[in-house]
Amino acid sequence: MSQVQTAVSLPQPTLLARTLQGLAGNRTGTIGFFLVALILAAAIFAPWISPYDPAAIMTGPRMAPPSFDHWLGTDHIGRDLFSRVLAGGQVAMLVAAAALGAALSLGLALGLMAGLGPRWLDNLLLLLFDALRSFPTIVFGLAVVALVGPSLLTVIMVVAITSVPIYARIIRTQAQALRNAEFVMAERAMGASLPRVLFVHVLPNVLGPLLILASMDVPLVIATEAGLSFLGMGVRPPTPSWGVILNDGYNFIRNSPWPVIAGSVPIVLVTLGFTFMGEALRDIFDPRLQKAN
Amino acid sequence: MSLLEVNHLEVRYRRLGRVKAALRREEATFPAVVDVSFTLEAGRTLGIVGESGSGKSTVAKSLIGLQPARGSIRYGGREIGSASHSEWQRLRREISMMWQDPVGSLSPRLSIASLVTEPLKIQGGKRSPDDADRLLSMVGLSTDLGSRYPHQLSGGQARRVGVARALALDPKLLIADEPTAGLDMSVQGEILNLLNEIQSRTGVAILVITHNLNLVRHVTDEVAVMYLGRFVEQGPTDAIFRHPRHPYTEALLSANPSPNPDERHGRIELSGEMPSPFWRPAGCEFHGRCPHARPDCADIVPDWAGEGERGYACRYPL
Amino acid sequence: MSEQKLMHSSDAMRGDGHVPLMRIEELSVDFSTARGPIHALRHISLDVAAGRILGLVGESGCGKSSLAYSLIGLLAGNARITHGVIRLGDDDLAHLSAGRWRALRGKRIAMIFQDPMTSLNPVRTIGQQMMDIQYRERITRAEKRKLAVDFLAQVRIPDPEARLDSYPHELSGGMRQRVCIAMALLTRPDLLIADEPTTALDATLEVQIIHLLRDLQQQFGCSVIFVSHHLGTVAELCDDVAVMYAGEVVEQGSVDEIFRQPAHPYTQALLECDPGSIREATRILPTIPGSLPDLRQVPSGCIFQDRCPHVFERCRREHPGFYSGERTQLTRCYRVAGEGEMTS
Repeated sequence: MSQVQTAVSLPQPTLLARTLQGLAGNRTGTIGFFLVALILAAAIFAPWISPYDPAAIMTGPRMAPPSFDHWLGTDHIGRDLFSRVLAGGQVAMLVAAAALGAALSLGLALGLMAGLGPRWLDNLLLLLFDALRSFPTIVFGLAVVALVGPSLLTVIMVVAITSVPIYARIIRTQAQALRNAEFVMAERAMGASLPRVLFVHVLPNVLGPLLILASMDVPLVIATEAGLSFLGMGVRPPTPSWGVILNDGYNFIRNSPWPVIAGSVPIVLVTLGFTFMGEALRDIFDPRLQKAN
Repeated sequence: MSLLEVNHLEVRYRRLGRVKAALRREEATFPAVVDVSFTLEAGRTLGIVGESGSGKSTVAKSLIGLQPARGSIRYGGREIGSASHSEWQRLRREISMMWQDPVGSLSPRLSIASLVTEPLKIQGGKRSPDDADRLLSMVGLSTDLGSRYPHQLSGGQARRVGVARALALDPKLLIADEPTAGLDMSVQGEILNLLNEIQSRTGVAILVITHNLNLVRHVTDEVAVMYLGRFVEQGPTDAIFRHPRHPYTEALLSANPSPNPDERHGRIELSGEMPSPFWRPAGCEFHGRCPHARPDCADIVPDWAGEGERGYACRYPL
Repeated sequence: MSEQKLMHSSDAMRGDGHVPLMRIEELSVDFSTARGPIHALRHISLDVAAGRILGLVGESGCGKSSLAYSLIGLLAGNARITHGVIRLGDDDLAHLSAGRWRALRGKRIAMIFQDPMTSLNPVRTIGQQMMDIQYRERITRAEKRKLAVDFLAQVRIPDPEARLDSYPHELSGGMRQRVCIAMALLTRPDLLIADEPTTALDATLEVQIIHLLRDLQQQFGCSVIFVSHHLGTVAELCDDVAVMYAGEVVEQGSVDEIFRQPAHPYTQALLECDPGSIREATRILPTIPGSLPDLRQVPSGCIFQDRCPHVFERCRREHPGFYSGERTQLTRCYRVAGEGEMTS
């Protein structure tokens, strides 16, 4: 029996190793990763690193510019902006995690049903997706707020529901492609049950790109939350959110630009950070580039 | 009793929704495989040869339960054509398949070791920690490959993994769909020799689906030639190669010539292309391309003529 | 006067009186990868005779497609020509400006590819594409259309007038390949490069395309380079053949010489493995044991040494040059030079 020589390539490096290797050549990606790490750390450790209670009023002079005591200055009722931004960061990350988590789960389930299920179900779900997508997010938000009243939960719900169709469609397309993939047919020919095909073979192949896409949606989610809060449809005071900070600052912009800056800079940093990171990840894990090695 | 006995197998695909078809008074389905019959004994190899669109892969899929079909499929004496899902689960321990795309038929995110032991996991039963190593060695692969992933393998190695996986449960019938497609000529022999060796050892029956008539000559005991979903000729491989009776078989044989200048003779050129199974020609379905067609071939469907194991569907055989 | 002298000396080198259209001299191509450059082609020297069909045969990894692509300047982004020249008239195709390439491609050199589906623009009709490629001609639209119809008829497409308004996806694979051939020959190139044009087609369709190519080549008199791994097809269609292995030409000559009396052990082994050439039905098929060498670290000596049944000491030490056999046959093997054991 002829012994076939082993493949010339080396064993598969770990996910972490590949990520680090890929980032090494990618300057914007590395910047993105650092920003995201910074933002996440700030959000997690906010209560401990906040110099003041974000809700405490009159901690210093009103509308004060940045100083040693108040790194970003104070707002119109003397609250420390830096502490409020940190707390807002917590809210933003919470909304992002919850909303995207819900959207991903629901999107995954519906997308798999549409892609792998019978034709009529697919048609029905597509109709549903298109209907949801035809609403501008803010308008949808207004409608929901009118029904349920403004709150953090409302924001999360609005963002989640409007994101579901996007993810569902992506999953649906991937699932449809995989449905006829030769390895799926091979598994079925071996007698694999539907759950097995789903969880062992289909899901791992659709999840990767989806997670990267979701990470790039974080800025969008946060901007939506900020937008809703800016309009007064989102979180209720005294919960600070970047949108609320922006709203407050906007009303007093002639007195001091600092509250507006304090509210918008974090949003810009989040957008840059997650977008750079997401794009770098997508390039690193592009299956077409994998074959080249 | 033959291991596998197929009689008048027919597979129809849907081309119109049921409602539309009723409204238009047209057939909702069209036949992709028509009136296919053959037997396969344990320890023997049958080749089904055809070009793209001939329906040969459809026949393979119907034998593994992935394609509903009409007609009779008897395995081990039992009728399995309309077997239930759980019956197919049991059958799949004994009937397994090797796929055409060696890398594409392997789940991309599973390691090779997981892939070759998939059948064992799916079917349950006794497992031991060195199953993967045993299976890989059985097909001549180094056990190091167990930790690799499909995209890291060469075409030849991936094919061997496919063989290992197909043999994991020690099947009685192995269906090999284009076992040498994409392989260089210098390594095609490796896979075929491997299958041959395994057949001598275990007595597994092999059904080879291919378009390469030359290969079939060396590895099969019997061969059936398919055109547009029907068998046009079948019988012992030797006999068919020595004296093909159907013009299509003759054309296929001449389409794969020897490179030796001393052995070359004119290649038969067929006109046109294989018609679509939608719009099947009248009479003999090959008459439009047949270099020996006569006027009545366009009107009369040829009967199956045969002498024992040998058969063909032509009114004016060569 | 001096031009004539040049041709004669090349005739003497070829020994068969065929004028070369293109001369490839010592061409070397590297592909850069994350783990070092792959020396995909090494010192390829080959003549493409005018008005004749040259076959490039070899298995995966031999570099035949890379060679074909380098002749039309379509190598991948990470490829570099590190050595050699490709002479076509006054031009050196290995070092050509983009502007000069634009003048040559589609005019003097044309190419058809393996997958006709991806070679045709899916959103434009056949007619539009066939008229697009005539953009250099100073003739009217009606004349261009007529030429398109003529060529579609030449490649034996039924009802060519109507076909002009079809989209590629409406045609079968065989028909699409014919359209590609028509488009390639429309501009009357001097050289047609065909990269495995029949590999994706069924055997009976391949016969049609091969006969078509042969007839068209005789009619238009252009040179053809036919890349393939089907030995039987090459033997039928081509006049000359070059056998490639792992980035080198190991044997070349006329089709008659090479396929009747292969001198290089690789060619011999390859012919033995071709199931079409095995006369007696045999259950155990021959193979060539071993695998391709790693082209990142090309071994010294003969490239085939690890898999050659007749290898001896000199093969491992020195890289063999070409030794001539009959008439135009050139073999890169010391056995032909009369060294080592000469078994059958």
